[in-house]
Amino acid sequence: MGVGIRTHDLRKIYTSPPPMAARGAAFAGGGFGKKAKGAKSANIVALEGISLEVAPGEIFGLLGPNGAGKSTTVGILTTRVRPTGGEAYIGEFDVWRQQVEAKRLIGVVQQRPNLDFSLTAREILIFHGAYFGMPSADRQRRASELLEQFQLTPRADELTRGFSGGMMQRLSVARALMHDPQVLFLDEPSTGLDPQTRLLLWGIIREYNGQGKTILITTHNMEEADELCHRVAIVDHGKVIALGTPAALKASIPGGYLLQLRFSSAPASLIDLLKQLPGVTEVRENGPGIDVYADRGGSLIPAIVATATENSIDLHDVHISEPSLENLFLHHTGRSLRQ
Amino acid sequence: MNAKTFLALFARDVHVARRNAITTLIQTLLQPLMFVFVFGQVLTRSGMMAASYKGMLLPGIIAIAMTMTGVQAVAMPVIAEFQFTREIEDRLLAPIRTEWIAVEKILAGMVQALVSGAVVALPARFLLGSDLGISTDHLGLVLLIALMVAVFSAAGGLTLGCSVGQTQIGLMFSIVLAPMLMFGCTYYPWSALASFPILQKLVLLNPMVYASEGLRGTLAPQYPHMSTAAVIAVLAVIDIGLVVTGLWRFQSKSVT
Repeated sequence: MGVGIRTHDLRKIYTSPPPMAARGAAFAGGGFGKKAKGAKSANIVALEGISLEVAPGEIFGLLGPNGAGKSTTVGILTTRVRPTGGEAYIGEFDVWRQQVEAKRLIGVVQQRPNLDFSLTAREILIFHGAYFGMPSADRQRRASELLEQFQLTPRADELTRGFSGGMMQRLSVARALMHDPQVLFLDEPSTGLDPQTRLLLWGIIREYNGQGKTILITTHNMEEADELCHRVAIVDHGKVIALGTPAALKASIPGGYLLQLRFSSAPASLIDLLKQLPGVTEVRENGPGIDVYADRGGSLIPAIVATATENSIDLHDVHISEPSLENLFLHHTGRSLRQ
Repeated sequence: MNAKTFLALFARDVHVARRNAITTLIQTLLQPLMFVFVFGQVLTRSGMMAASYKGMLLPGIIAIAMTMTGVQAVAMPVIAEFQFTREIEDRLLAPIRTEWIAVEKILAGMVQALVSGAVVALPARFLLGSDLGISTDHLGLVLLIALMVAVFSAAGGLTLGCSVGQTQIGLMFSIVLAPMLMFGCTYYPWSALASFPILQKLVLLNPMVYASEGLRGTLAPQYPHMSTAAVIAVLAVIDIGLVVTGLWRFQSKSVT
């Protein structure tokens, strides 16, 4: 029996910087003097009512730019961030009120490696197993298996301080899997991984999911969300702005294709003319350029060029993108995920 | 409480402390032993201090070793683990209430403080010579006071560790630990401050005073010392206060 995740109207306002479990790499540690002052000035709204239902056995993605509220959502679901309002459940357990029961069910890979630097790679896994009450023989065996699977065996008995970022990340994932959790949280797991390791990680995630485990993954990489997730919630400014399977989300973009055009000038009359072209579903001004959503891509270009030329306007630049979650995000927010 | 998890957390700290045993011992014991040598040998043999000073010094040296070890054994890792390495997170996610993780930290610090007190006593006694007049008549009380000293030093370390940032470690040493040492009645009995009445009242806020005076009153009662009953009563209050504060600070530090 798998375990699902549920949140209802989850809200979080940070009253003191910096949120440890949810802060980005840019934050430095604060001290006691600063904290008292910061507490009054900083009221950062991170979540504005996030309601999600992740089914048991699902790979669910939270997709959004940095600062969208993804890590805060994970922080609350993993008992590390106290919600300002709303409810969060892992299976039947209220994450805030039944922390120990919730912690027993989850494995967490944080955005930045947080390995125990006083221990060797193998000891990190073995002690982690011990924290979860695994018997000694099981711990040894499982640690060896995971070290092998994550290609860490040659350096298993070294302290991890000198490990590369990729190795630390692999060990973090191995550690999260050590106690065979029903729900696995991965906060930006591919950040800083080379393409090969990323594929290894994706394979491991799929395999783990194949055992009926629930996986919640946050990412700002639409390829990762598209490839890996059964369903995706796109979040921005602490709100869910779109939710569905990657295919359904992509299909929901008007037209599907996005043509980003730059002309020598972009008068309103041109926008009206573009709207009348066959296959075009929506035309928007985007800064100095014009975004055209259409059901076709390159085959629309001759008509666009002809329309512009008739009005003595030159087409300077064209960028065509196929239906993607990136386009969806752009459509909803007017911004790129990478911004 | 989840006993298996608690024991595993404790085993982790013991494992790490054993691995770092040599450096930890040097770090905490070298300074008190040098003091022993300078004050107990150089100054007494040269006649600049009375030989009786040696017996007065030993309880203070044990108090220093215990307190400094307990404070540092908890505070330093807590500061580092909560800051940029965030190593503590794996343990915060262990299936146990956060308070127990803090209790485990205190317990591990206490063990290290007690070991340190025992370890410094032997070479110190050797360095000082045999004619110290150290009494073993009140061993039970010595152990009780040592235990209470271990509690406040480890709990104080937790409180400090959760209140101080990485960049303020140096400051912590110079504005908290150094005055604690110098005004902790370690190198002199509390009664010696009689000619500084205001200071004598102020140092009563320093937990180290009760550690030194308590150990002096039980190990070397022939020297002036505070009433042992009063010391135990005050230590009990300090212990409870610092444990409660430490747990509260740890709790608020571990959740955002």
